Amino acid sequence: MIKKRIGSQTIKFPNPPSIIGTSSIVGPKEGDGPLKDYFDIILEDDTWAQESFEKAEAKIQEEAIKLAISNANISMNDLQYLVSGDLLNQIISSSYTARQITLPYFGLYGACSTMTESLSIGSMIVEGGFADKVVCATSSHFSSAERQFRFPLEYGSQRSFASQWTVTGAGATILSATGEGPYITYITPGKIKDFGITDTNNMGGAMAPAAIDTISQHFKDTGYNPDDYDLIITGDLGLVGKRIVLDLMRKEGYDLSQNYTDCGIKIFDGVEQDTHAGGSGCACSAVVFNGYIYKEMLKGNLNRVLLISTGALHSPISTLQGESIPGIAHAVTIDNLKD
Amino acid sequence: MDKMNNKEYQKYAEQKIPKPTYFKNIINAFLVGGTICLIGQIIRNILFRFELGEESVASATAIILVFIGSFLTGIGVYDTIGKIGGAGAAIPITGFANSIVAPAMEYKREGLIFGVAAKMFTIAGPVLVYGIGSSVVVGILYLMFTAGR
Repeated sequence: MIKKRIGSQTIKFPNPPSIIGTSSIVGPKEGDGPLKDYFDIILEDDTWAQESFEKAEAKIQEEAIKLAISNANISMNDLQYLVSGDLLNQIISSSYTARQITLPYFGLYGACSTMTESLSIGSMIVEGGFADKVVCATSSHFSSAERQFRFPLEYGSQRSFASQWTVTGAGATILSATGEGPYITYITPGKIKDFGITDTNNMGGAMAPAAIDTISQHFKDTGYNPDDYDLIITGDLGLVGKRIVLDLMRKEGYDLSQNYTDCGIKIFDGVEQDTHAGGSGCACSAVVFNGYIYKEMLKGNLNRVLLISTGALHSPISTLQGESIPGIAHAVTIDNLKD
Repeated sequence: MDKMNNKEYQKYAEQKIPKPTYFKNIINAFLVGGTICLIGQIIRNILFRFELGEESVASATAIILVFIGSFLTGIGVYDTIGKIGGAGAAIPITGFANSIVAPAMEYKREGLIFGVAAKMFTIAGPVLVYGIGSSVVVGILYLMFTAGR
């Protein structure tokens, strides 16, 4: 048996699964942002003519999956599993999407880390020989997240400077045992890190330790250095989390100043669009990866990318009870070459 | 990273947050809150011309301001006023109207009973409970200190 694990937390795939198609659908605000040219569909109406924001989010995810299938030039029958998740209670967006998609379904809850969590599990299924092709997807919606985690939309409150803006959108990735790349070559699933942050307006600060732990463990396990990557990008740490990652990674002995950024910073123009610390939500890293990163990799502008989606695994109830925010971060290496 | 304990990290993370623009916020709160109060005063002065009594004018002024606050919430303007004005927009009675109408609108899709009616007081509820509660306490204290005079 080939030993696929290296170091203490990383998996190296001897036969890396290939990404054969992706899709990204975003709302109007994201479609106004700096990455607008990379998204497949930009909605003019963030309810997409649905009667609730929850239904709209499920529709966005469903359409993203169908679009990824058509972008990969395959049909639904070629796929064996759907691996997806989202932010809403009992992951309803994903389950109602799975109701429409006739595939065996693994529902995940990793909050905003869902994109790399689904890519990790999808890769293991494909590389392990349990499926030929799987689809990994996730979604979030500003308005469905606001009403679950924060205030009604029309309530006149002020947002803190550390707060972030949930991205409306969905991304889907088709992984295949065969293909021309880009490939998923390594995954480093993360451990929960919780340094006792209770302020739900400071998600970046709450999740940064998990990102730092996973990234440094990834380097230790793989022997890679920051220089080996064209881009190292976290999911939704925003401006506050990015500062912490740069600062504390330097103290760990890794200089990320040349090639590190965050999807939440890339997706919005923080000043123009008044998003404070940046974007967040499952869709943040999903649309930045399936839109921007994937297309830049196909063009050859990026060749090896470390994507680390980050999640804050609290709930409105745990927050009210004064519990701190458990952070998680899963890293995935996407490479144009098999190794 | 592991060398830091929770307290040290929390203090460190706190320093990385941009400082709130207190001075600008205070000025904005003064201007927005002041404008709302000025509008209230104008309404009050107009109502006095109709020769209503003091009590009726106070009630009518409050009713009109609540209507304005609710209306501006309904057409999607009050959240912007609140964003700029902060406490200046939240504390006047128009802000109270906003805090009730906003959840009532938001939860319409969950139905009239368990949505609108049940969720209507999610923000204003605590204000009502402790507002009415403290008025009872003050009332009792008033009675205790003035009884027998």
